[in-house]
Amino acid sequence: MKLLYLFMLSCAALTTNAQDIFFTRSGKIEFHSGSSIEDIDGVNNEVASMLNIKTGEMAFTVLVKSFQFKRALMEEHFNENYMESEKFPKASYKGKIIGLPAVNVSANGTYNVQTEGEMTIHGVTKKITAPGKLTVSGGKITGVSSFKIILSDYNVEIPGVVADKFSKETEINVSCVYDPRS
Amino acid sequence: MIHAPKLLYMRYPILKNIILLFCLGIPFLSFSQKKETQKKEPPKKETTDLMDMLDKEIASKPVTNYTTATFKTTRLINAHSIENVAGGVMDVKISHRFGALNGGFYELFGLDNASIRIGADYGITDWLMVGLGRSSYEKQYDGFMKIKLLRQSSGKRNMPLSISGFAGIYYNTLKWSEPDRENYTSSRINYAFQLLMARKFSEGFSLQLSPTLVHKNLVPLISDPNDLLSVGIGARQKITKRMSINVEYYYQLPGFKLENTVDPLSIGIDIETGGHVFQFIFTNSTGIAENQYIAGTTGKWSKGDIHFGFNIARVFTLKKTKRKETK
Repeated sequence: MKLLYLFMLSCAALTTNAQDIFFTRSGKIEFHSGSSIEDIDGVNNEVASMLNIKTGEMAFTVLVKSFQFKRALMEEHFNENYMESEKFPKASYKGKIIGLPAVNVSANGTYNVQTEGEMTIHGVTKKITAPGKLTVSGGKITGVSSFKIILSDYNVEIPGVVADKFSKETEINVSCVYDPRS
Repeated sequence: MIHAPKLLYMRYPILKNIILLFCLGIPFLSFSQKKETQKKEPPKKETTDLMDMLDKEIASKPVTNYTTATFKTTRLINAHSIENVAGGVMDVKISHRFGALNGGFYELFGLDNASIRIGADYGITDWLMVGLGRSSYEKQYDGFMKIKLLRQSSGKRNMPLSISGFAGIYYNTLKWSEPDRENYTSSRINYAFQLLMARKFSEGFSLQLSPTLVHKNLVPLISDPNDLLSVGIGARQKITKRMSINVEYYYQLPGFKLENTVDPLSIGIDIETGGHVFQFIFTNSTGIAENQYIAGTTGKWSKGDIHFGFNIARVFTLKKTKRKETK
């Protein structure tokens, strides 16, 4: 009897888990790091992310090498000189939505949220908070967020010669369309 | 007399024991089963960590990770590396080789003389690049094409090497050394074909092998072969993020080389500053084009016939690549 109960419980736990988790492999992260002298924009359309809509937990991971730039040389410098993508191939974020409202996945709607978590870039982990928005539409969830980071926080060195080409803060835009995880 | 049917276990007392043992065993059995389910539980609990789940999900569909920046630029020192310029990018190169150091103070250690090549490379696509140039040495024009055939990669597709194919054509415009005899335009033409094979062993160290064929329509001696075979070996070691040391050597196969030529050996440093790459080099060859330095080097390191030189490269993005948009 005990055994059966345990079994049922684990089954129940599993099924609810599966429904609460939303997933994407094609999320988008853009950043703007340039100044008035030069645009330094990168975009990555291969962001992998999971979102637990019950607990509010979020996880993002991205290959630094899959950022794309308008100029090939910028992409090379980004990987070789700034992000050192061979040494630190991944950037990731693990966080939580604070005070998550009850999100109704079966009805369309928009929810403004606050997030808090840890971002790892260039091998350095820093706490960040950012506002975000969740939009439920046709069973899918779209999550967007915009925030700023400071490159020197993550030990990304910028040589003095090109320092005026970079803005102090890098603006980051995240946009993910999540599907329910089957 | 009525015989009550004997129960089975009464007839075979041993069975009684077995049944008893079995009954006693049940709680243990169920306990051990419970333990088993408990054992199974922890991995499930682990997967509730979203990051682990995500990592597993990603690992389930591996992607191909292409190696980039095996070398800093399209030339290791004199010779071509496996690198191409990206599609839509033009790379203007000015290469300079001074005279020999053993010229002494009279020649200011070679600075009085210089051999120059001015050229431009252009990436038609990310895998096809063409270039044109003109060398002061032998007043030679050259054109070449370099194709990426294989790219070193790991992950879904595993490829240990990057391989490129190179083909060049050279046309010298020197005045005929013997104008009185019948001279043919074809005599001015040389060709070079190379298979470039490289592997980036680590973030800092890359190695390249380049089997090479240089064909000269006209050779100086009747005993000289027209097809000249050699194998190049080149390596780079990064010292900092923006600086590396390079070495390059071509071994000319005996019987397939011109009389009185030696194997070219060059040592160089790459320094990168923004859109420029500076290459400072020491080499025993005066020529800068493939047919000249691979098959026509005469200076010997041992005799101080060493040339200081530099290459300056400036990259211009003529066509910006279109970004892939999310669907």
